Amino acid sequence: MNVQSLPITESVQFSLIPALSNRRRAWLACLLCGGFFLALVVTAGILGTSGLDIDFLHRKLAPSLAYPFGTDWLGRDMLVRTVHGLCRSLSIGLLAAGCSSVISVGIGIMAATMGRRVDSILSLLIDIVMATPHLVLLILVSFACGGGARGVVIAVAVSHWPRLARILRAEILQLRTSEFISISRRLGKTPGWIALHHMLPHLIPQFMIGLILMFPHAILHAAGLTFLGFGLTPHNPSIGILLSESMRHLSTGYWWLAILPGLSLVCTVKLFDILGNNLRTLLDPRTTQD
Amino acid sequence: MLDIHNLSISFQRYTRGFVRETLSPVSDVSLSVHAGEIVALIGASGAGKSLLAHAMLGLLPKNATLKGDFRFKGEDLSPARIRELRGREIALIPQSVSHLNPLIRVGKQVYRSARLSGRCHCTASASCDNAFSRYQLAETIKAQFPFQISGGMARRVLTATATAGKADLIIADEPTTGLDPEVTEQSLTHLQELAAQQKGVLLITHDLENAARIADTLVVLYDGRTVEITPTSSLSEGTASLHPYTRALWQALPQNGFIRFPHAVEKDDVRKCGCAFACRCPEATSSCRDRMPPLKQIGEKMMRCTHVTG
Amino acid sequence: MLQAENITFRYRQHVPLLKNISCTIRPGEIVGLPGPSGCGKSTLGRLLAGYHSPESGSVTCTGKPLTTSGYCPVQMIFQHAEQAVNPRWRIRKIIEEGNCDYIDLLHSFGIHSGWLDRYPHELSGGELQRISLIRTMNPGTRYLIADEMTASLDPDTQAHIWQTVIPWAKKQQVGLLAITHDHKLLRRIADRIDETFSAVETFSS
Repeated sequence: MNVQSLPITESVQFSLIPALSNRRRAWLACLLCGGFFLALVVTAGILGTSGLDIDFLHRKLAPSLAYPFGTDWLGRDMLVRTVHGLCRSLSIGLLAAGCSSVISVGIGIMAATMGRRVDSILSLLIDIVMATPHLVLLILVSFACGGGARGVVIAVAVSHWPRLARILRAEILQLRTSEFISISRRLGKTPGWIALHHMLPHLIPQFMIGLILMFPHAILHAAGLTFLGFGLTPHNPSIGILLSESMRHLSTGYWWLAILPGLSLVCTVKLFDILGNNLRTLLDPRTTQD
Repeated sequence: MLDIHNLSISFQRYTRGFVRETLSPVSDVSLSVHAGEIVALIGASGAGKSLLAHAMLGLLPKNATLKGDFRFKGEDLSPARIRELRGREIALIPQSVSHLNPLIRVGKQVYRSARLSGRCHCTASASCDNAFSRYQLAETIKAQFPFQISGGMARRVLTATATAGKADLIIADEPTTGLDPEVTEQSLTHLQELAAQQKGVLLITHDLENAARIADTLVVLYDGRTVEITPTSSLSEGTASLHPYTRALWQALPQNGFIRFPHAVEKDDVRKCGCAFACRCPEATSSCRDRMPPLKQIGEKMMRCTHVTG
Repeated sequence: MLQAENITFRYRQHVPLLKNISCTIRPGEIVGLPGPSGCGKSTLGRLLAGYHSPESGSVTCTGKPLTTSGYCPVQMIFQHAEQAVNPRWRIRKIIEEGNCDYIDLLHSFGIHSGWLDRYPHELSGGELQRISLIRTMNPGTRYLIADEMTASLDPDTQAHIWQTVIPWAKKQQVGLLAITHDHKLLRRIADRIDETFSAVETFSS
């Protein structure tokens, strides 16, 4: 009896399109995620700000064909508010994650290359920031920086850099002791050349994946701070504002004011997560062949 | 105990973008191991020896496909069944100490192997102690980490991890590579002891000299195919009756002439319809290049060569 | 001439592994360095190639100390070629890091030019070892330290590698230090055997 053409591992991974290999699935996932974010931005542009006008004739309408996300207590179209809010939260989150990543790279490289004393001090700093209660730190920093978009960006940047910094520090420390790096030095290459040609190809994938996986955190924290009143102002729609304002109306049965924007936020954040994980699959030379 | 016929392992690989190609590093391997027998699997690096070991333990990557007959104790093996048997009835002696967990003490790792093989807490403990005393490892070694033990001790600890359980088939992956003569001798003696206990031992190595000394049967692999299965006693009868590749390996040893046959510069994924060794074989003819010779029985041996007849 | 004089070296705070060891390699000479595991022969090789600095004593190449910057005339080949190459680089880039004129060497070592676009994890140990050698076989290399270079390879590949490297070394007058346990191999290839570590008791039990 023959064992005919059995795939070696019986994959129990949930897959919407089981016929695709890992690599193709990863590409598809990345394209879909990218497409969603592009669509979000384009939709915001197309919808414009007309839906944000107050219209008392159409207050508190349930979701329907005309108003897919319903309307709020001032008659504003919830879909338009959600889309604009998501775009705003996304841009705040991206900016915050970007700043955080830059801090991570700087501190990670300094800790790994500037000697033991600097490494000890920076590692202590990393531990202190990570040990501080997250939300408390966010609120304090945001409040101290005067709230608003600036406060939120600074708060998220200041509290999220340790994780990526640790990863980059570990990667650089490991690379420095690699045999191929020592050989490169004996082949006459300068430390700068080694950093650019040997280390960077190892660090860039870690950095990009770390950055992308940081977006969900940044977006959620921006929304959370705004919800608590320490973030963005009510003048411009953001998901946090939408959610905090809708709390009052939940008990009176107007569920679409909180659930639909909340679900949109969860979906957006989850898509970033999927994007980051699939990018990791594609960038690793070993898993990219599956 | 172990019976493999016409086994092939192929991989799907991406060249650029979405263009896929199929590579078959192992295309036609046959071998068998009986209880109390030491079978040496010889081949160059890249011939597919490690892949075969991985296939036997169900450790191939996701993009691999396995075809052919694969039987253990008369039972056909599916991937699920391999996962059940590995560590229990089929055990691996890993190649180097880097295959041990660097953060766990060696005593605990041997104990864990025994537990994973199905033993209960008490028997696993006793089995671990037995393994340590059998391989002359002091009690103090149990508390050490892999990086603290020397090469010889590491070799013994690795053997202990495989034999602490109840495995009947032991796969020894390159047990003599890079070791000094004393430790090599020790390592091989342990394998002979395992065979004396009626276990089947599959010795995967490129060290033809030592394999010829302790193995009962030699299985020679070239380019992913079995080219010869011969009792090691036939080596002492001279090299004339051997497959040309086996002869080349024997004569390439420093003490046997240090002769090498010319290497052909060939893209290894070009589909060859003839014998893969034809481009290097001094006896190759046009019939060798046109048609892949089958593996046929010739007396006590099995050989894949157009020129050798019964 | 590559010379190590009265070298003493230890790893961190341990007992000195090497104490007042000396070693000489002349251009074009093939010296064998056998010895049991743990005796320090690989460490001596690393000191000669400039990977470590001795605590006392000196390593000189043609009378001058080894360079700390620029191409070092003493190059080392390690046992495990997989660790000697950057896993994210293609083979072409790996070779070109040390040697730009390698086409003839590819033929001598039996390597197809199609392999240049592959990644290290797609090649076997023997193939990678040949790549490591091609990387260092350039006019700048005056001495080659081969640390168990062919210990992990089959007899055929081992013979092929040595029979390609030795004629090159003799032609270019490159001194070669072959560090290995295999006495039979040394009897074949070495002009002279350095017995410094042969009398050392093994530490492996």
